[in-house]
Amino acid sequence: MKLTNRAAPVNRDPMTFGEKIYIPAIAKGLSITIGHIFKKKATVQYPEEKRPFSPVFRGLHVLNRDEEGRERCTACGLCALACPAEAITMEAAERKPGEEHMYREEKYAAKYEINMLRCIFCGYCEEACPKDAVYLSETVMPTNYTRESFIYKKEDLLIPNPKK
Amino acid sequence: MELDLMFILGKIILITVILLGSLGIAMYATWAERKVAAIMQDRRGPNRAGFMGLLQPLADGGKLFFKEEIIPDRSTRFLFIMGPGLAMLTALMTSAVVPWGPDIVTNSGIITLQVADINIGILFIFGVVSLGVYGVMLGGWASNNKFSLLSSIRAASQAISYELAMGITLVAMLMMTGSLSLREIVDQQHGFWDGHYFTWNFFKQPLGFLIFFVCALAELNRAPFDLPECESELNMGYHQEYSSMKLGFYLFAEYINMFISSVIMATLFFGGYNFPFMDQVAGAVNPILFSVICVMVLLTKAIGFILFIMFIRWTLPRFRYDQLMRLGWKSLIPLALVNMLITGVVILWVIK
Repeated sequence: MKLTNRAAPVNRDPMTFGEKIYIPAIAKGLSITIGHIFKKKATVQYPEEKRPFSPVFRGLHVLNRDEEGRERCTACGLCALACPAEAITMEAAERKPGEEHMYREEKYAAKYEINMLRCIFCGYCEEACPKDAVYLSETVMPTNYTRESFIYKKEDLLIPNPKK
Repeated sequence: MELDLMFILGKIILITVILLGSLGIAMYATWAERKVAAIMQDRRGPNRAGFMGLLQPLADGGKLFFKEEIIPDRSTRFLFIMGPGLAMLTALMTSAVVPWGPDIVTNSGIITLQVADINIGILFIFGVVSLGVYGVMLGGWASNNKFSLLSSIRAASQAISYELAMGITLVAMLMMTGSLSLREIVDQQHGFWDGHYFTWNFFKQPLGFLIFFVCALAELNRAPFDLPECESELNMGYHQEYSSMKLGFYLFAEYINMFISSVIMATLFFGGYNFPFMDQVAGAVNPILFSVICVMVLLTKAIGFILFIMFIRWTLPRFRYDQLMRLGWKSLIPLALVNMLITGVVILWVIK
C-alpha cells in the first residue's frame, strides 16, 4: 500500500567515473552554500527589532478598572471555576460605605492570586469573566528566580489607576 | 661583533612580529569561521561585541582564561599539561621557514623577511607538522579516557595516511623545482607569466595541488576530515577532558595550523608573495613599500585559502572512518604516484 505518490525507486546503479571522483558533486554543494550569501537573513535582532504578536496572542493577565478607576472584579469566582489548571484563587470581601470610589460592585476581591507556573494561558478566565475584569495582555511573562515570585498578587495584576 | 648583535636583534623582532601576527590572524579566523558559518546558514553571526562583532575573539579568550581548570584525577598530569603546549608549539614553529616577502635592500644592509632560509625548508615543515600529532596523541592518552584515546589514535592514523600522499605530491613538485628551499621555490615562481607559460606551480601541477589540498585538510583535522573530534561518536574527541585555556590552546592551535598551511599552500603552489606585473610595480614604488605590498599579497592568498577551507567545512558532511581510509590509501596515494610518474616522464622526455 502506498501512503503517498511521491515515492521514488532508489537508484542502485554503480556510480559512474564522474560520480566516483566526487569533484562535480562537491562543486555543486559549494555552489549551493555560496548562493546562501545572497539570501535574506532569518534573524530578528531582538531588543532593537520586535516581531509583532498575532492578534490572538495571550500573555500575562491584568485586572482591569473601569473609567473612574474602580476595580471591576466582584470576586464571583467564575474565572477560578473556568480555569483548567486551577491557577486562580481569591477571597471575597464586602464593600464598606465610603469605599465606593475603589470598588465598582458591593463585593470585591480582597485577595486575588494567579499562580503563573500553573497557568497555561488558555484565556478561559477572560471568557468566563462577567464583569470584563480579567484580561490577557500582550506581555510575555517575565522570568524570575523563586517559585513564590511567580504567584502574582492583586497588586501585581491590577492596572494602574487612571485617576491618579 | 656588532653586526651579529644587530642580526640577532633583527631576527628577534621578526620572530615576534610573525608570532604575534599569526596569533592575531588565528584569533580573527575564529571570528571569520563563525561569520562564514552564519552566512552559509542565513544567520548573522557574532555582531554584538564591538563593530560587526570584531571584539568577539577577545571576549572568547577572556572567557576561556577565567573558566575553571580541571585536571582529571586519573590523568597523567605532566603529559596532560604538555599536550596543548606541544600542539601550540608545533603549530607556531612552522612559520620559521616561510618567506614572507622579498629582501629589503637598504643603505645599511639587507633585511630578510624570513626567519631562517634553510636549504631543507620543506623537510623542516614536514617534520614539524608530523610532530603536531604528538600534541593530539599525548592529550588523548594522558586524559585517561577511552573516547579521548580512540580519537587520538584516529587522528594519528589519519595524519600518517594522508602524509604519505602529501609527501609523494611534493616529490613530484620537487622534481620540477630542484630545490627544497622555500625561498628558491618562491623565486622560481617570479611574476605570473614568463613569456611561455604561467610561472606559478599550480598551473604546472594542478592535480598535485588538489591532492595536496585534500591532504592538508586531513592533516588539519578540518571538515570533512574532522573525525578526531566527531561529537556524534566520540563525544568531543581528544579534548574532552580539557577545560579552560588548555582547551583553548587546542582549538587555537588548529586555527594557527590552518593559517600556516594556507601560507604554505600559497607559497608552494600559488607563487608565495609573487603577483602579476610585480616587476613594473617594483620599479614604480620604493623598496620598503614594495615589500609591504608583497607581504600583503601573500597574506591575501593565505586568507583566501582560509576562507575556502571554512567554506568547505560548512558545506560537506563528515567522512566515515572507512571512507576516509579508502580515500587516503586507495585513491590519493595511487593518484599521487601517477602524478609523480607523469611529472617524471614530462621532465625526462618532453622538456629535457
